[in-house]
Amino acid sequence: MMIRHLKAIFAAALVAAVSAVVPAGIPVARAQNLTLDIVNGVPSAIPITVVPFAFESAATPPATDVSEVIRNDLARSGKFRTLGRQDIVETPTRGSEIKFPTWKLLKQDYIVVGRERDTGGGQVRVDFELWDVTKQQQLLSLAYTALPADLRGVAHQIADQIYQKIIGVPGAFYTRIAYVTAVGVGKGLQYSLIVADSDGYNPQVVVHSLQPLLSPAWSPDGKKLAYVSFEHGDSAVYMQDLATGARQLISARKGINGAPSFSPDGTKLAMCLSYGGNPEIYVMDLATRQLTQLTHSMSINTEPRWMPDGQSIVFTSDRSGKPQLYQEPLTGGGATRITFQGEYNSNVAINYDASQFAMMQGNGNVYRIAVMDRKLGNQVRFISPGPMDESPSFAPNGSMLLYAASEGTRGVLYSVSDDGRIRQRLSLANGDVQSPSWGPYRQH
Amino acid sequence: MNKTVRVTLAALLSVGLAACASKQAVKPQPEQTPPPPPPVATAPVASGKYTPADLDTDPCLRQRSIYFDFDKADIKPQFQQIVACQAKYLVDRPEARMTLEGNTDERGTREYNLGLGERRAKSVASALEALGASAGQITVVSYGKERPVCREHNETCWAKNRRVDIVYTAK
Repeated sequence: MMIRHLKAIFAAALVAAVSAVVPAGIPVARAQNLTLDIVNGVPSAIPITVVPFAFESAATPPATDVSEVIRNDLARSGKFRTLGRQDIVETPTRGSEIKFPTWKLLKQDYIVVGRERDTGGGQVRVDFELWDVTKQQQLLSLAYTALPADLRGVAHQIADQIYQKIIGVPGAFYTRIAYVTAVGVGKGLQYSLIVADSDGYNPQVVVHSLQPLLSPAWSPDGKKLAYVSFEHGDSAVYMQDLATGARQLISARKGINGAPSFSPDGTKLAMCLSYGGNPEIYVMDLATRQLTQLTHSMSINTEPRWMPDGQSIVFTSDRSGKPQLYQEPLTGGGATRITFQGEYNSNVAINYDASQFAMMQGNGNVYRIAVMDRKLGNQVRFISPGPMDESPSFAPNGSMLLYAASEGTRGVLYSVSDDGRIRQRLSLANGDVQSPSWGPYRQH
Repeated sequence: MNKTVRVTLAALLSVGLAACASKQAVKPQPEQTPPPPPPVATAPVASGKYTPADLDTDPCLRQRSIYFDFDKADIKPQFQQIVACQAKYLVDRPEARMTLEGNTDERGTREYNLGLGERRAKSVASALEALGASAGQITVVSYGKERPVCREHNETCWAKNRRVDIVYTAK
């Protein structure tokens, strides 16, 4: 009952958000916006109210509803339960206007109030305050000044501040995601590599191709993407600067050139290459382009991911018959198998402190995203329902993941809280969305 | 249904075996008698040399897809004849070139399936070379699960996607 009520609230909030999307004066090289739906709620999450911010100037208010963006961020994190707009009975815009008994009655733990005004020169100033309802205590009071076009970014940064203050770990809303879209049918299929805000807004095309694009990987500074492109008929790995669009061919050797992954210090790129006769993990020094072969086996070895300390690599190998995860130090010396539950484990994603390994786990014909807790004796929990889920990718704070799923014959993405309890679908009206990758924290 | 077909097939095969037992090189499979040789593998592929026109008319050469079991890359007996006639074409026409495109079904990850598609294409390449084709005539490419011919989530559809397509780039 509680969940159904929440669902209605989220649905209402999202419809409002979608209609508020398209700001005036957007740059031309835009990709199609993804459609967002939250598919379930978490009754145990922390109740918080984000009161609509007042616009206190005579000018036309900006198209972005900052409080709405904050509310949606907090809701999809799974850590918060936000009060729906229709239940917000009073609209204080500063701490002195909050009537705490009202919000206590509505069983709210926290309340966010704020206001915006035109500061001249086309800039908007956003002031917000976070209050603890029970203690009637101010926890945050901050202001941001930005161009109207950057207000979604401001809203995500405010959501990050609120998240960190209450949860105790940095928020990851002011981040970007990369994914691939495939639109069209047959020979007319067009692939695009897209970079968007963490909530799917502001999609920008990084590269277009009539041939498959896959496996985007972020550099640790968030400035580059490495990816696989079939534009010349076979797989090749490219690295592209997001600000300039300039790109370099990293590897187009005979056979497979796939699965790029940047080292934590950004100086190396691990890949799967098969020019030696068999798909093996190689590490390229990006300054010298020198390659070092890490694995030596007669099986498929692919999907390398770096441990956060940069000292070893976790990868997929079918050396034991079916794909499983293995770990090998950069110095070589042999791999250690690390997954034993499930017939098929691959596509590892490692959170910031390596306490959680997410993977695609297949049992029979059902493929789901599993998270292995390295601190709880490698206990595994499923965070997606299947049956065709893949490509997990952690937010930089580890609290949410993105993954790809199949609905009917359509490819969609989900963002999901790390407990699997709240999911948000990111879909394209007329195409597939696949190969998601969550970027690092943004450097201001 | 399946069982009926298998029994019929087994009966047919034992007849076939008796007729041409000496021609079958069968690997030992103790629990299966008789061994499952391809129903038509004993037919000679062609008497003379192939010409480019045969690619469109010869019933064997016209078959350019080889299908595989899930997560497997070994060529099943029923496809040995296709491999044999394609190999003969390459032998008959040294100027001919082909690309073997390895594909997989949707199960498993994109990158692992690139590996699996390549393993399948290489399996076909090895078989062609074992029958006399030159390695220089064959290019291998893997599309993994990126080029499905069918997008339903069921075995009928998956079976169509687990394939190596033979594409002649020079006839």
